[in-house]
Amino acid sequence: MTPHMLTRSLDRGAAIFLAVVAACGILIPLSNLLLPAGSFLQVPTYLVALWGKYVCYAILALAIDLIWGYCGILSLGHGAFFALGGYAMGMYLMRQIGARGVYGNPILPDFMVFLNWQKLPWYWYGFDMFWFAALMVLFVPGLLAFCFGWLAFRSRVTGVYLSIITQAMTYALLLAFFRNDFGFGGNNGLTDFKDILGFNVQAEGTRAALFALSCLALIVGFLICRFIVSSKLGKVLIAVRDAESRTRFLGYRVESYKLFVFTVSACMAGVAGALYVPQVGIINPSEFAPGNSIEAVIWVAVGGRGTLVGAALGAVVVNYAKTFFTSGVLAPYWLFMLGALFILVTLLLPKGIVGTFIAWWESSNEKRTAAAIASAAVEDGVAEPKMVE
Amino acid sequence: MPTNLSARFCTFVLSLFLIAFALPAFAGPFEDAVAKFANDDFSDTEEAIGVVASSGNTLAFPIISALQDGRLMADPDSKKVYVTGADGKSIDAATGQPVASVPDSASAVRLNNRLRRSVDAALGSLTLQSPNLGTRLQAAQSVFKSHEETALEAVDGALAKETNKSVRVALGEARAAILLFKSDATEVEKLEAVATLKARGDQEALALLTGMGDQPESVTKAAASAIGSIQNSLAVWSTVQNAWYGLSLGSVLLLAAIGLAITFGVMGVINMAHGEMVMLGAYTTFVVQEVIRTRFPGLFDYSLFIAVPLAFLVSGAIGVLIERSIIRFLYGRPLETLLATWGLSLVLQQAVRTMFGPTNREVGNPSWMSGAFELGQITITYNRLWILCFTLAVFAILLAMLRYTALGLEMRAVTQNRRMAASMGIATSRVDALTFGLGSGIAGIAGVALSQIDNVSPNLGQSYIIDSFMVVVFGGVGNLWGTLVGAFTLGIANKFLEPIAGAVLGKIAILVLIILFIQKRPRGLFALKGRAVEA
Repeated sequence: MTPHMLTRSLDRGAAIFLAVVAACGILIPLSNLLLPAGSFLQVPTYLVALWGKYVCYAILALAIDLIWGYCGILSLGHGAFFALGGYAMGMYLMRQIGARGVYGNPILPDFMVFLNWQKLPWYWYGFDMFWFAALMVLFVPGLLAFCFGWLAFRSRVTGVYLSIITQAMTYALLLAFFRNDFGFGGNNGLTDFKDILGFNVQAEGTRAALFALSCLALIVGFLICRFIVSSKLGKVLIAVRDAESRTRFLGYRVESYKLFVFTVSACMAGVAGALYVPQVGIINPSEFAPGNSIEAVIWVAVGGRGTLVGAALGAVVVNYAKTFFTSGVLAPYWLFMLGALFILVTLLLPKGIVGTFIAWWESSNEKRTAAAIASAAVEDGVAEPKMVE
Repeated sequence: MPTNLSARFCTFVLSLFLIAFALPAFAGPFEDAVAKFANDDFSDTEEAIGVVASSGNTLAFPIISALQDGRLMADPDSKKVYVTGADGKSIDAATGQPVASVPDSASAVRLNNRLRRSVDAALGSLTLQSPNLGTRLQAAQSVFKSHEETALEAVDGALAKETNKSVRVALGEARAAILLFKSDATEVEKLEAVATLKARGDQEALALLTGMGDQPESVTKAAASAIGSIQNSLAVWSTVQNAWYGLSLGSVLLLAAIGLAITFGVMGVINMAHGEMVMLGAYTTFVVQEVIRTRFPGLFDYSLFIAVPLAFLVSGAIGVLIERSIIRFLYGRPLETLLATWGLSLVLQQAVRTMFGPTNREVGNPSWMSGAFELGQITITYNRLWILCFTLAVFAILLAMLRYTALGLEMRAVTQNRRMAASMGIATSRVDALTFGLGSGIAGIAGVALSQIDNVSPNLGQSYIIDSFMVVVFGGVGNLWGTLVGAFTLGIANKFLEPIAGAVLGKIAILVLIILFIQKRPRGLFALKGRAVEA
């Protein structure tokens, strides 16, 4: 039967995906550290940092695919959860600078000394400890998503309405974080990091380790998503995506399912942001810009929503293209291309790269099977799973 | 200088004499005073300013204003003083005769801060009797601000001659301000002054009353009560002012959101490129003004009348094009429409950036839109007022169109029940295209209006898009009155929160309030009632 084949082919895809990510996670850092610089196979450090950034984006894309592809929630504010996770990590890294800042204040970060603040605001307490910061990376985006989702889903805000208010949420946070007296460095954000867990952030070894860690996080995130979507809970989520009212009438608490998956997704986005900050070396309010969140959605659309592998692939492909085009003479045309990508993918490739590939694979498989059992009297009633809002 | 003491006294008495009888100046004291500028001594200069200013001589104004601009040249050897004009020609300050050249030994008369104040006050009183009404009014106001004791005589003199009512009031206020700070004014005079300032009742009067220093007890008491009443009236006026700002912001929001409300209401389509339609309208205005500037400079005041229909056509045509080429393939998939139109907005922005450059382009205000007038204690600028009227006119025309035209009827039918409308023979796809064109065209018109108060840059649309969405979501879909109420509510709420919380926090508070409001009314204030389970 088709669903079987779908799972099988996806499983094979998932296995290949995991193998590739794991191989990258091991080989790239090793080649960077062990091979002599300038050797053909040696990956330069700047590329390690760049690809580390892509991997973080892939985790964010996974988080978006989990709610959009499997539950039909289009969040245009996921960049906010990403940035909040990033800020939590950034606060830890700021506290690690200690007395090495420009003003040499052992407690206060430079921007607070500059603003004449006398003591650390209460919400900065505890961020000198890594375990606390790591907890906050999950907790802050998770709590925001929980409150926001609780309010939104309970009153049945769906579809474009939800998209617009998630956009308003990230816009409000953007405005808030731009304020100096909000206590997060205003429009300069947090930067000039020195150490993470005692290792120099700039060092090659740390960068390689962070890259490996990001790959690991991608693998773990992927497995969690796979586990969620293939469980019974995942089936209910797909039911909510395809026919929310019908699912509700069948007796499922639609809000609870949505709330759960929205919160998990926000935590994943937070982790992605936390891994992103030490590799990029800065976090500032522009990460909250609504445009960033929408761009993250298009990664998922390009790769193929509802496929998980596609989301990660889309994030890497689009961002690689962005780096490639914005660094050359084609820079002024990048926005044309990005815009065209939005339009063409939604018009011509609604299933994305991976989705289209799966559909093609299935249909060719079907033809083979049909040829093999052409003599059989019973015909398989093949129905493609529908993708509806 | 002790030797000059008697001379100084004489000049003073003489100058008083001159003012009292308004006689033409005799050669003596005026010329003596002018010669004092050459002494290069600050106290002599001050004295000279006083005498010259109150001399009534026609040369007084050119001399003092030259002194202010550093164009008054004095030769310490010959004690001759010259006024150098802006055109490089010079005259003898004492006689007014043109001179061929200023001697090399002459240098500009120096000023210090105290003298600059006297110069300002002297200029103020000199212009008090100008034949020009506006100049007199301005002079009276500047005396009110400086309230130098030396200007009192000039004010009294002007007051005696003045016939215009508003200038009389301004002079009276200037006189009160001077008397309040004059140490030897009588208690009665001061009480009168306090009453005059109380009647004026604005921020400046308040500042004078609070900063008047030591006064007799009765004056202090009167001033305290005057301060209280001024503060009350100021509070009322500031509420009115906030309400006006709110209406103004609301009209801008309404203008930007109407088009969005139409497309969203009729077609259920979220057009993220709506802001770019606004931007295109603004750039159309820019192009129209450029053409007028280079070809027909006389038509500048009519530029907006030309730009409005053009912007409607440009944005409307592009809107129809977008609907036919992109959006019609995405019906039933609102989230994909959202992404595709976002992509479109990126393309349009970048296209405009490529054509017109990334920087702000200058769009001018026609003469009938610049300037302001005072209404009580608040200032109303003409451009804001016209935009409010324009918005309401657009709104009324749109309502009438929806109500009385065939297209309006078809649009309403499609909004209420698309399938039923189609069954009745309405070409829904044609209605969709026209609706989208109409919505985009109105966005273009909004762009013309916004070009008058905002920077015309490729990012113009983006700054309005989230606010417009908030208006539509808050007001409810499918009902233009909802958009009207939503826009003005948000505008006024925003402006009343601003003084309390600051501009940014106020905006954040509004966004949070809307997010909370959506919980209560997920379909907005004025939701269409229907029986569909899922819209």
